[in-house]
Amino acid sequence: MIALSEFLILGALLFCLSVAGIFINRKNVIILLMAIELMLLSVNMNFIAFSHYLGDVSGQVFVFFILTVAAAEAAIGLAILVVLFRNRRTINVNNLDSLKG
Amino acid sequence: MEEQLASVSFQVPDMTPALPEIFVLTMACVILVVDLFLTDRNRVITYLMSLATLLGAAILTFSLHTGETVLSFDGSFISDSMADVLKFFIYLVCAAVFIYARQYLIDRQLFKGEFYVLGLFGVLGMMVMVSAHSLLTIYLGLELLALCLYAMVALQRDSGIASEAAMKYFVLGALASGLLLYGMSILYGITGSLDIGDIGAYLAAPGSSDNLALMFAVAFVIVGLAFKLGAVPFHMWIPDVYHGASTPVTLYIGSAPKLAAFALVMRLLVEGMEGLHVHWQDMLIVLAVLSMAAGNVIAIAQGNLKRMLAYSTIAHVGYLLLGILTGVTTGYAASMFYVIVYAIMTLGGFGMIILLSRAGFEAENLEDFKGLNERSPWFAAMMAILMFSMAGVPPFLGFWAKFAVLEAVVRADMVWLAVVAVLFAIIGAYYYLRIIKLMYFDKAEETTPLTSGTDMKLVMSVNGLAVLALGIYPSALLALCAGAMATFGG
Repeated sequence: MIALSEFLILGALLFCLSVAGIFINRKNVIILLMAIELMLLSVNMNFIAFSHYLGDVSGQVFVFFILTVAAAEAAIGLAILVVLFRNRRTINVNNLDSLKG
Repeated sequence: MEEQLASVSFQVPDMTPALPEIFVLTMACVILVVDLFLTDRNRVITYLMSLATLLGAAILTFSLHTGETVLSFDGSFISDSMADVLKFFIYLVCAAVFIYARQYLIDRQLFKGEFYVLGLFGVLGMMVMVSAHSLLTIYLGLELLALCLYAMVALQRDSGIASEAAMKYFVLGALASGLLLYGMSILYGITGSLDIGDIGAYLAAPGSSDNLALMFAVAFVIVGLAFKLGAVPFHMWIPDVYHGASTPVTLYIGSAPKLAAFALVMRLLVEGMEGLHVHWQDMLIVLAVLSMAAGNVIAIAQGNLKRMLAYSTIAHVGYLLLGILTGVTTGYAASMFYVIVYAIMTLGGFGMIILLSRAGFEAENLEDFKGLNERSPWFAAMMAILMFSMAGVPPFLGFWAKFAVLEAVVRADMVWLAVVAVLFAIIGAYYYLRIIKLMYFDKAEETTPLTSGTDMKLVMSVNGLAVLALGIYPSALLALCAGAMATFGG
């Protein structure tokens, strides 16, 4: 039997990894999108672990909704990425700096 | 186990409280299909159908309004006075956005069905947010709105800055949703329920709030909410998105979603976590002071009007939080009044930018407002009313909004906070009054007359005069907010 705390630590580690991925990454926008997916998955880990240990299904239902929304979000994110590449010919995060002030 | 099995048996929920949502959803899908068969020449049908949808939803909300709190869909959907009032203003504000946007979109070949369909789905997202009563519905409403907004920012496909703004908005918005969700997951783990009512009941029990993990959850939820509201230090996206998006989209993002975000804060913090008020109050004080300071000071340095209004939004969010952090009903009512007033004023502010713009020319710099009085004394007066109101000068509407939240703060024995708020309001008055100086005392560089349509000019005038009229007679709107809050969470 694996303890609840171990799932939560895994979830927290994945979450920290994804936040670090968003803030440290200065090169590629696609890596940002991957980090966002990872963040949602770490939340799913939490929800499933809690749901199992509480004996309550609503947490798992929430996970299905998060997965669906994550798919829609990835679709919009990639669509914006395509538009961005067409206009800029680059997806380097460092070059996204024309808006300032 | 038996109890679980019993809850599996399916019951058809009462759909009536959600009729306005169902109507907007159906109409948005119908418009999506109808728009496919329209040519650019009769695209105006999409526009009229969108307005009709908002009107129909308003009639439905009004006729279903009983003033009583009704729960449906197993407690995950709520219809109460606050929800009805906020929904009504969401329809009103979005209808004005659609009217303001029409000529601008036609001039730039952006007059497509997508703007209206995404706008209506965004309205649906806001309605779900306002009526959400479980963590799941809150999340779904939030994402439905956010996804529409990302797409709307990127709608101007050939603009480099619009796509850059969309990317920044998308990444930071998704980050905010992730933080909020993480907080929700911990909250679920501790309280064992997704239902806001159950969470509230659990946390209201004495002794339940001394839990380190709970503090963790509150912190994550507040960071997520602050991102969505645009409170400092989580405001980075606001200036870039407001600047980069085309003006009608900025108008949309800046006005109605703030009403929904206010409802989000009320549902999560007040209805769900009122038992933890002492803990989130300190965090909100920090956010409010930083927002008022940074928003008002940085706005002075802006030469671009859209950026200036973005920082002004950040400052307004600070004032909005003042009422909520008092933790009493009068404070919530004051904040609700503030957010409605804010939406009406922002509508006018960005509306003026659209009014002065024309094909191939964006009136988004401060210089473009020079000598407006010579070109159009009437609209210079409207802009002056809006700017005075945003600065909080009596007798305009913005004064009463600031007055209401400051009164709530003083009543809660936080006089120092009220003094800080007034000091920053005085600093803020500088950049609003500078626009009035430019309009009335500087020579016009542009002499072309204003070319907008009659509908736009009419609604713009109504918008400006409403700020004046409601400012002279604010008690009706104040009473509406107080009445909505009196039954809140009951």
